[in-house]
Amino acid sequence: MAPRHLEKVYAVEHALLEDYTPDAYTIALRQLLELAKPSIVLFPHTYQVLDFLPKLAASLGKVAVSGAISHRVDHGQLVLARQLFQGKVNADARFAGDAPHFASLQAGAYRADQLGPEGTPPGPEGTPESAPHPAAAVEKFAPRISPGDIRTRPLELFRESRQSLDLGAAEIIVSVGRGIKEAANIPLIEKLAEALGAELGASRPICDAGWLPMERQVGSSGQTVAPKMYMAIGISGAIQHLVGMKASRTVVAINKDPDAPIFEVADYGIVGDLFEVVPALVEALQRSK
Amino acid sequence: MKIVVAIKQVPARDSLWRIASSGKWIEEADLSYEINEADAYALEAGLQLKEAHGGEVVALCAGPARVTQTIREALAKGADRAIHVEEDDPGALDPLATARLLAAALHSEAPDLVLTGLQSDDLGYGQTGAILAELLGLPHATIVMQVEKQDGGIRVKRELEDGWFQHVEMPLPALIAIQSGIGKLRYATLMGIKKAKTKQVRRVMAADLGVAGPEGAPAASVTIERLYLPERTKRAQLFEGNPREAAAQLVEKLRFEARVI
Repeated sequence: MAPRHLEKVYAVEHALLEDYTPDAYTIALRQLLELAKPSIVLFPHTYQVLDFLPKLAASLGKVAVSGAISHRVDHGQLVLARQLFQGKVNADARFAGDAPHFASLQAGAYRADQLGPEGTPPGPEGTPESAPHPAAAVEKFAPRISPGDIRTRPLELFRESRQSLDLGAAEIIVSVGRGIKEAANIPLIEKLAEALGAELGASRPICDAGWLPMERQVGSSGQTVAPKMYMAIGISGAIQHLVGMKASRTVVAINKDPDAPIFEVADYGIVGDLFEVVPALVEALQRSK
Repeated sequence: MKIVVAIKQVPARDSLWRIASSGKWIEEADLSYEINEADAYALEAGLQLKEAHGGEVVALCAGPARVTQTIREALAKGADRAIHVEEDDPGALDPLATARLLAAALHSEAPDLVLTGLQSDDLGYGQTGAILAELLGLPHATIVMQVEKQDGGIRVKRELEDGWFQHVEMPLPALIAIQSGIGKLRYATLMGIKKAKTKQVRRVMAADLGVAGPEGAPAASVTIERLYLPERTKRAQLFEGNPREAAAQLVEKLRFEARVI
């Protein structure tokens, strides 16, 4: 991390930070903020951050802008965009009052590979930004935490069962989402997957409901896939799902809502009722064999 | 065990979204509402704990008069009583403002366990639970799939990234933010619906809690500048017409243009 256009890196070290707890992380970061006095504090929008960032910000009377997807600077002020109503509406948010301000950035909204390696000028040649950046200094910071500050006791990490299914190996994936309405309709999608020689995938709500096993879940809390063809059926395309499949070579979407975000990443799409389109598709595939 | 479950009423998922003329909230006319999905699971977790260990489940809900419907459903499913924090402008609230209302409304309650959903389907900050824990001075865990009572506290199963899980133990009182999908949701029975009508709903005006309204409200640290419908940069080739024709065209393209089948 250190060599990428950063001025300074703080390495926060304490034996009580070895196992994550929201209490210890909040205490440590509050002490670091007092020292570093930042105006803006950015985090990745991960499960762990979501567990402690609201507490950290609230302890300073602040709200974090969680899950930001983009930013712009307007009159010297940062404006962050985030999604509301499961991605159907966007909102622009601006920080008010005194620093520090907090935000978490949605995975997939920014690309790490656009950041050059050490010494790569970020700006056009001749501009001040184009001067080579020296490696950042790493400063150790030892927060004061005592065992009595930590009220939760984290135990060992574990997995439910060995994931037996590696969707990453599939050439074609047919994924199903909320649009399928009920478990009894899943065989409709299975039939299509069979006709395509595809593996069956699903968006989170389908696995949450137990209609398909968790190991078939595609997205930020499931598997990340990049098959030759990904067919999303009745999946609106929440950012958490898109993160897991947008590297697929060809994306096909079938959805009744023409404004569904899935059509933004799709190469081909049919706007229509999946209960009519999917049987027609199975038939068309069988006919063309 | 005295369990408080914070629930929120949100617009139904398949609503047609329009931006209000203020540009700061959505047009609420014509919307239908439902309980926030993760909160329904939080309520279910609370009811199961009560069934196993006894005690009381109190539903806590902030919002305008329309949330009465969601409160009634929670009572019909088995909550023993409810607290309704009346707040007329839900769009004006950020998670800290909401959590301040909820914390103030719980002042006289002293629950053993506070349950919330992980995230709301409307604002989607995913923060109210953890903030409420901070305001109430309680230990917390979020993204919880399972809650077990044990001697001196609880043990919860947290979901982590990439298929990992972790058990976390903590003393009571505590706050737990529940992930969608834990267990099966119950339906209200006819008997439950009948009983709900006689259950107590304590109404508190947000303005009376001393943490909201123009006088009492601490300054917001984030202001929402505007709401807008995201521009869709569609690059998909769309096939329309009757399903049969659209399907045939799609198969043709997949075979000869994309060459993926």
